[in-house]
Formats: sequence, C-alpha cells, structure tokens
Amino acid sequence: MPLLILLGVPLFAAVVLAFVGDRKYAPEINIAGSAATFLAGLDLALDVYNNGPMLAGNKFFFVDAFNVYLAVLTSFVSMTTAIFSRRYMRREREHGRVGHWGMRFYHAMFQLFIFAMLLCLLTNNVGVLWIAMELATLSTVLLVSLYRTPTAIEAAWKYFILCGVGIAQALFGTVLLYFASEKVLGEGGEALLWTNLIQSSGKLEPTILSLAFVFLMVGYGTKVGLVPLHNWLPDAHSEGPTPISAVLSGLLLNVALYALVRCKAIVDGSTHTHYAGNIMMGFGIISILVAAFSLLRQKDIKRMFSYSSIEHMGIATFAFGLGGPIATYGALLHMLVHSLAKSSIFFTVGHASQMHRTQEMDKIKGLIRGNPLVGWGMMFGAMAIVGMPPFGIFTSEFLILTATIKDAPLMTPFLLLGLAVAFAAVFRKVQPMVAGEIPPYQKSMKVANAPVLLHMAIVLAVGLYMPVFLNQWFHKAVQILK
Amino acid sequence: MDIQTTAQIINFLAAMVLLTAFGMLVQRRIYGLIHLFAWQGLFLSVSTAIVGYAAGRHHLYISAVLTLTLKVILLPYILNVLIHKLKIRKEIETVVNVPLTMLIGIALVIFSYSLTAPVREMSTLVTRSILAIALATVMIGLLMMITRRHAVTQIIGFLAMENGLFFAATSATYGMPLVVELGLFFAATSATYGMPLVVELGVAIDILIAAFIFGIFFFHINTTFDSLDVEQMARLKEGE
Repeated sequence: MPLLILLGVPLFAAVVLAFVGDRKYAPEINIAGSAATFLAGLDLALDVYNNGPMLAGNKFFFVDAFNVYLAVLTSFVSMTTAIFSRRYMRREREHGRVGHWGMRFYHAMFQLFIFAMLLCLLTNNVGVLWIAMELATLSTVLLVSLYRTPTAIEAAWKYFILCGVGIAQALFGTVLLYFASEKVLGEGGEALLWTNLIQSSGKLEPTILSLAFVFLMVGYGTKVGLVPLHNWLPDAHSEGPTPISAVLSGLLLNVALYALVRCKAIVDGSTHTHYAGNIMMGFGIISILVAAFSLLRQKDIKRMFSYSSIEHMGIATFAFGLGGPIATYGALLHMLVHSLAKSSIFFTVGHASQMHRTQEMDKIKGLIRGNPLVGWGMMFGAMAIVGMPPFGIFTSEFLILTATIKDAPLMTPFLLLGLAVAFAAVFRKVQPMVAGEIPPYQKSMKVANAPVLLHMAIVLAVGLYMPVFLNQWFHKAVQILK
Repeated sequence: MDIQTTAQIINFLAAMVLLTAFGMLVQRRIYGLIHLFAWQGLFLSVSTAIVGYAAGRHHLYISAVLTLTLKVILLPYILNVLIHKLKIRKEIETVVNVPLTMLIGIALVIFSYSLTAPVREMSTLVTRSILAIALATVMIGLLMMITRRHAVTQIIGFLAMENGLFFAATSATYGMPLVVELGLFFAATSATYGMPLVVELGVAIDILIAAFIFGIFFFHINTTFDSLDVEQMARLKEGE
C-alpha cells in the first residue's frame, strides 16, 4: 500500500500540476506532492526494515534494502528541491526567462520525472526498468531546453540524442538477457523478473550474458555519465534550470547506476568471474581521471560541478566494480552523501548565479559577505564534495580507498591522483568566489535556507556518526549485492 | 510452409532490412529517406508476421500490426507533415565520402556477425541469424547519426536503430513480452506471465513521446538557428 502511494502521488501531482499551470499556488502543490511522496517512502522503508524484502503487485514490484534506501533518498531530495525551486523559479519567471507555459510544463514534468525514477527503482521487471529509465530521460529533455536559448537547445538536443542512443544499447542488452533467460525460465514476463533472474543466474548461458553486459554497460553507463560516454552531461546539467541540475546530478545518475548494479549482479551469478566488475572498474577509473582534469579548466560554475558529478559517479562505479563488502558499503554510502552534497551545492550555485546574473565563475565574488548562507553553504559543500573530513564523503572515499589498496593495489595511485587533482581544482575555483569584497553588480535576495542546511547537516552527521539503522541497512544491501 | 522455406523467407526479409539500412546511409534526399524508412518498417512487419505464423506465436501478429501502424504509417506521416510545415522539402544534404561510409557499414556488419557468433551457435530457433542482422541495423543507424548533420536525418537514424532493436526483440527470440502482447492477450497472459501489457504499452508510449519531443525540437531548432543543420550547434565546447 505505501508502495502504491509512493508511485501514485507524483503521478497524480503531475496531472494536477499540468492543469494548475502557472497559478500562484503551483509551487506549494509541488512541495506538498513531494512531501507526501517522501512520507510514503519512509513508511515503505520502515516496512522493509521490519519485515525484510517484499514482492508486491503480482511480482511486479520488488523492494529490498538496496532500492528502498535509494527510493527514500530520491523522494527526500525531490522534496527539498521542490522547496528550493519555489523561490528560484518564481524569480526566473519575474526575470522573464520562463513563460507561462514554461512554468506549467516545469512543474508537471518535475513530478513525472520523480515518478519515472521511483518506478525505475521499485520495479522487478528489467524491461520496465528500461522503460522507466527512458521515461526519466524524456521527461527532462524539454526541461533542459526550458530557457530556449541557443545553448540550452543545443544541450537538450545532445542529451536527447546521446541518451537515446545509449539507452537503445541497453535495450539490446535487455533483449540478449531475455534471449538467455527464456531458455531457462520459459517464455513470457517471468523471464524478465529480476528476482527470477538472480535465482537462476547460475543456469544462464555465460557467453550470452557477457555480451549482454557490454551493451548494458554502454547503455546505462551513458546515463551514469561515465567517460567516454559523458559528453551530454556537462551541457545538460549546466544549461537547464538549477533545480533540474540538482535532481539530474543528485538523483538520476544514482538511478542509472542502480540499474547497472542490478544487471551486474545477474551477470556475476552466471559467469562466476570478475568480468563485469573489471569492466566497471575500468570505466570508473577513466571517469575519475578525465573528470578531475577537466575540472581544472572550467569557467562555468554549473559545468564545473557537473564534472565533479562525473568524477563521483566514477568513484561509485569503480567501487561497485571492485566488489567485496567494504567497497560495496563505501559505494552505497557514497551514492547517499554525494547525492545530498551535490544537490545542496547546486542550490547555493543557483542562488549565487541569480545574485550575479551569470554562471561565469570569474564574475561571482564575495558570496560570504553578500549572503552568508549561500557563501558558507557553497564553501562547506565544496569541502564536503572534495572529501574533506569530517563530512560523509570522506568516510565513503576512505572505505573505497582502503578496499582498493587491499584488493586492487595497482589502481591506488590512479585513484589518489584523481582525488587529489579534483581537490585542488574545486578549491582553487570556489575560494575566490566565496571570499573577497562584494562586487557592485551583486544583488541581495532572500534565499531558501532549509534545503541547504538540511542536506549539509545530514552529510556532516553521517561523517561523524553512522546511525545504527543506516548501518544495518547498508549491511543488508551489501549482502544482497555480494 | 516447412521450416526450410520459412527460414529462407525470413532471411530474405532480413537481407532487405539490411539493404534499406545501407540505402538510408547514403540517401541524400529527406523524402527518399523517409520512404526507405517506411520500407524498412514494412519488411520488419512482414517478417514478424511470418515468424509468428511459423513458430505458432500468434501474439506476434499484434506486434506486426503495431509495427505497421507505427513505423510504416504513423511515423513517416508525422515526419512528412513536419517537413512540410518547416518548408524543408527540397533540402538536399551533402553526404560526405559515400564509399568510406559504405565500407565502414560493411565492417560493422562483419563485426556484428562475429560478435553474435557464440549466441548463434547456441540458438535452436529458425531465426537464429537474425540477431546479427538486427545488431548490424542498430550499428548502421548509429553510423548514420554520426555522419549526418541534419536534425531530421539524425532522428531517422535513431528510428532505424530502434527498428533494429525491434527486429532483435521479435524475430530473434520469438517475441519478447517486452514488445508484444497488446491488449487482446492481456487477460490470458497476465495470470502466467506477469504484466506484459504494461511493459508493451510502456515501450509504445516511450516511442510516441519521443516522436512528440523531436517534433517540438525541430521547431525550436529551426526558429533558434534558422536551419535544421546541427552543425551550427557548436557553442557548447570545452573552453580553453
């Protein structure tokens, strides 16, 4: 039942918001819808926490410790983003960057996007997983081009075409997966259910599954934003409205990685080798290095943090590829803290760029004096994202590094190099923005405090003390993925 | 029809699908491209129906009809209307280096055959060689998207890719529940096969939404850039 509410609320809210359109209370409905989704998510999580994994809706949905924590995270971040976007989008509307139809579209598509991601996380059917992934792309394509500037349209076109091509490869991989599984499980929908696939993965033909994984990796890897399939990501994340950048960076990449990890589990069960893991490690380490060095030469603030997302997704992909309890635990934690820290950074970035009416880092200055919350928020966000203690990302990166030294020592220098370069690059760029005098063109404005504070508090708290329930949760998820 | 004849007919149709894919690779006129795309859809649809008949999987008939309406009638019609509205009927595109593109295409076909070789050996289906051709069609669609510069052509390349995927899903596996079973069979299959209707509807809706979105895009690109040449989109580059 909470499952139905969890999926039903965003879908219903999307329809309602499509009709409400540009009315004054539309942002409030958006917030209420997201809050209801979050509560339903918590309820579901509690249920799973007490009673263990569950199958529902004629085996159509499957909820375990792995996906329920991501579902809660998704609904939580979408709620805080909705709160942030209330003022932000209102201001964009006043500046004339978005029109009447744009606002209607924005709110409806925001909710549809949340629905698509939740469906992706909760479904048991790898076919539906693919469909929901595609739906998540399609619902955000036109949001990226919301401002209708030439660069925004270019970014959205790139996003549409590259992710379309990528996701098509994933469908081919899914077809191959079915091709292998129908011989064991028989024809029909049963052969596409993840729970069935994982149970009988030992009987699936390893050669076909190895081939399928290459396609799934390329397909879902495009959506995760792994190098060299990442070209769309900095464009799409920098040209769209900032709330959309926050959810794309913070949530969609996680969901795509989730899809990949689920597929990896099946392939591992069949091949009994470290084949899938090695591919993921390769993609991961290249992403970390390329993104870290790209960070150095960015001028646009949102572009810079998009590259930082590629780097962090690379770290998580690498850790899942590495496998083993410590690395997997680290990767799960990393997905959580990166998502919170990155979306919080995007909130402050949104405020900063509205205060200066530009996204160029050279022109953004004196944030701490201009608006302490935005300035310190960005400073602490940047500290968290580069992995400084005591924030949660330090913990997860430390775990991953420890596991790397133990299981894949040859990779350690590359990982350390990537982390160090990213550290230097982000600090060098953020420091001049937050410090210094207020430039004459800076405007002061009211900002939404709660989302940034809430996110940073959780990231800090997780770094200082791991709550018992979260710890148990991750341990259960590690068991599932081992 | 015995197995041998069926296999031959299906292989012939598969060859035709591949041939139209190559034709699209070098076709310069946009109208010509749309015609070729519609032909490809038709071969696909007939092939699906024959597989359905030969293998006794009657739900594939629905897939065939779905392909016919979506890929042969609806999408070409939408594209025609868009081209008419955008007044780009006479636009002819320069295709760079036809011989080289063809050679790359042939290399992709060989690559697809070698890649799917282990799968083919294991398959007992009449249609086992289809998987290689389906993959080749996907790859050629991809090549077309890379080599072409026009927004409409890129979309046709994208749709051709999807044709290849559909081919793989229906013919190579006797119909995945993913792309089959619309409506009629729902009641009969839902009890045993989970919920294929939802899956199937999902894919169809995704394609339709995509069609809707690229339609909107054509207008946006055309008004913003005064042309549908995507070469002009080069503002987002890594700054030095």
